[in-house]
Amino acid sequence: MSSAEINKNEVDIVIGALNADLTQFLTSWRPFFSGFHLIVVKDPELKEELNIPEGFDVDVYSKTDMEKVVGASNSTMFSGYSCRYFGYLISKKKYIVSIDDDCVPAKDPKGFLVDAVTQHVTNLENPATPLFFNTLYDPYREGADFVRGYPFSLRSGVPCAASCGLWLNLADLDAPTQALKTEQRNTSYVDAVMTVPAKAMLPISGINIAFNRELVGPALVPALRLAGEGKVRWETLEDVWCGMCLKHISDHLGYGVKTGLPYVWRNERGDAVESLRKKWEGMKLMEKSVPFFESLKLPETALKVEDCVIELAKAVKEQLGSDDPAFTQAADAMVKWIQLWNSVNSSS
Amino acid sequence: MVEPANTVGLPVNPTPLLKDELDIVIPTIRNLDFLEMWRPFLQPYHLIIVQDGDPSKKIHVPEGYDYELYNRNDINRILGPKASCISFKDSACRCFGYMVSKKKYIFTIDDDCFVAKDPSGKAVNALEQHIKNLLCPSSPFFFNTLYDPYREGADFVRGYPFSLREGVSTAVSHGLWLNIPDYDAPTQLVKPKERNTRYVDAVMTIPKGTLFPMCGMNLAFDRDLIGPAMYFGLMGDGQPIGRYDDMWAGWCIKVICDHLSLGVKTGLPYIYHSKASNPFVNLRKEYKGIFWQEEIIPFFQNAKLSKEAVTVQQCYIELSKMVKEKLSSLDPYFDKLADAMVTWIEAWDELNPPAANGKA
Repeated sequence: MSSAEINKNEVDIVIGALNADLTQFLTSWRPFFSGFHLIVVKDPELKEELNIPEGFDVDVYSKTDMEKVVGASNSTMFSGYSCRYFGYLISKKKYIVSIDDDCVPAKDPKGFLVDAVTQHVTNLENPATPLFFNTLYDPYREGADFVRGYPFSLRSGVPCAASCGLWLNLADLDAPTQALKTEQRNTSYVDAVMTVPAKAMLPISGINIAFNRELVGPALVPALRLAGEGKVRWETLEDVWCGMCLKHISDHLGYGVKTGLPYVWRNERGDAVESLRKKWEGMKLMEKSVPFFESLKLPETALKVEDCVIELAKAVKEQLGSDDPAFTQAADAMVKWIQLWNSVNSSS
Repeated sequence: MVEPANTVGLPVNPTPLLKDELDIVIPTIRNLDFLEMWRPFLQPYHLIIVQDGDPSKKIHVPEGYDYELYNRNDINRILGPKASCISFKDSACRCFGYMVSKKKYIFTIDDDCFVAKDPSGKAVNALEQHIKNLLCPSSPFFFNTLYDPYREGADFVRGYPFSLREGVSTAVSHGLWLNIPDYDAPTQLVKPKERNTRYVDAVMTIPKGTLFPMCGMNLAFDRDLIGPAMYFGLMGDGQPIGRYDDMWAGWCIKVICDHLSLGVKTGLPYIYHSKASNPFVNLRKEYKGIFWQEEIIPFFQNAKLSKEAVTVQQCYIELSKMVKEKLSSLDPYFDKLADAMVTWIEAWDELNPPAANGKA
């Protein structure tokens, strides 16, 4: 699909602004953001005024706007990297593309800049194939197909709920790993999109992601907050938790989640060793999350995404609540999120 | 258009990994000229050639290769009545090579597969990549979005549970093909000119609980870990089906690997597949399989092995009982196949007695 074939009116590009000066970011993305509507949500804890260059169709939301919509007490739900979820909440579009503000377009092996927006939307518009692994990866891609032995009844695929992109240069590694391998940068451009199989868990990164808001919007939950959550990705886990919920709900409802292209180029920021100094409780929480999600079965009666989130929140509270207060808070946040979602989206 | 690598003048690999621990199994009915191109990478290794078809035909093996060759007469002589489980007039007969090998690792390749080029133009040493894949752990319990975390330049991503980062042993390495892709007959008929030109530079573990179509054209495995489950079924002469040998083995090994916490990898290495088989002939062979696989897949997806099944042979026998119980109603062929699965294990254990070499 070329960018000409995409219906730009169906897409919102949501950017969480953790940095005040978005000039370099937006200027570098201009060729690919042009023609799209942008929602920029400012981290409510960011004091400086945002600097946004001219020429974009953009709506900017700050703490005041958040409080008008969700109330003062709820705006804390959207602090730090979670600010972008406010954009997901108020968007009216079918597809959301979200990229961290320290990423710029990557170059493919031929030297061409990668149009991440078009690639994400293409991924979302084409079916996913979670029920059987295709060894040639995305069967709907030009020059590829289903291989011998792939059941014909599964070849029409299922709707794609999310498209998880990747990162060149600074990959999304955790602090211990990046601190150990200080010089390591991701230079490997893997030219594939694939569906992550049903029942398989994965760590979904919020750095470069897109999803079908109409299909699974409420499942993108801003819920898990680390006690020492910071303003670099090494000090957060909100997207990984969100992704575990999203994947589980997608599996339950028969939707697919894709991973692979597009790549973005992630700029240097922060210091992994510094982040390591903070006790990284994310590790503990992940260990507890895995067996929980592995054994979790949502009731068959949960047919709507909102119901799935509520059921999931219940299960989190029951089974993980006693392990760590972060889980209880996450469960409460998930319930609150659905309330907000329903109230904001019913009045539209 | 994609081209095979020109390996003329490339020196034979001076440090062939696992030289004395790996056999290369090649089924053939025509000739082995393709081995000329593979010299730099394969010559140091021992070959097991399984000659299908007319046993009186003399198969010429290029000079310099160390090999043992088995034709149908040899198979009948060695296995006696149990030879009935080895297919005739189908490349499925290659699994006889797995059974008769005494090595820890097997690499199997078709005789129309040549050396591929990577995007930089360099010739791909497929065997070396397979060995790397097998010697490195797999990660089936949690998907790593940067693919193989043990690869140079890669790692586990943020959020990947630390308790799962040691991985599990890798039992199978499934490689891919440039040029002629492994399509089924209907797809070949619709897209006769499609060529795979996309070099996807990744190896990944297929998650636990996920089935895949395993192609036998470019495959390596740890014989000690999974060998007895690599039976390629009853195909070819006298059988109602063909071109499902590797598929059948793939579904069986994946269920067993998942049960025994072993890993299956797919992706690199690529080989260059030069010959497209006749799609009309293929359609006749695959025809029944296309319908049957609709039942077979749910069968394998729901197959649960017992806690007591702790060796590959035990798992495989249990699977054969389930095949007999659940798939015989689909077609009497599966009844025969279930029996053949048992015969295969009996033959395997006869040729590979545990006491003699200390392995299961």
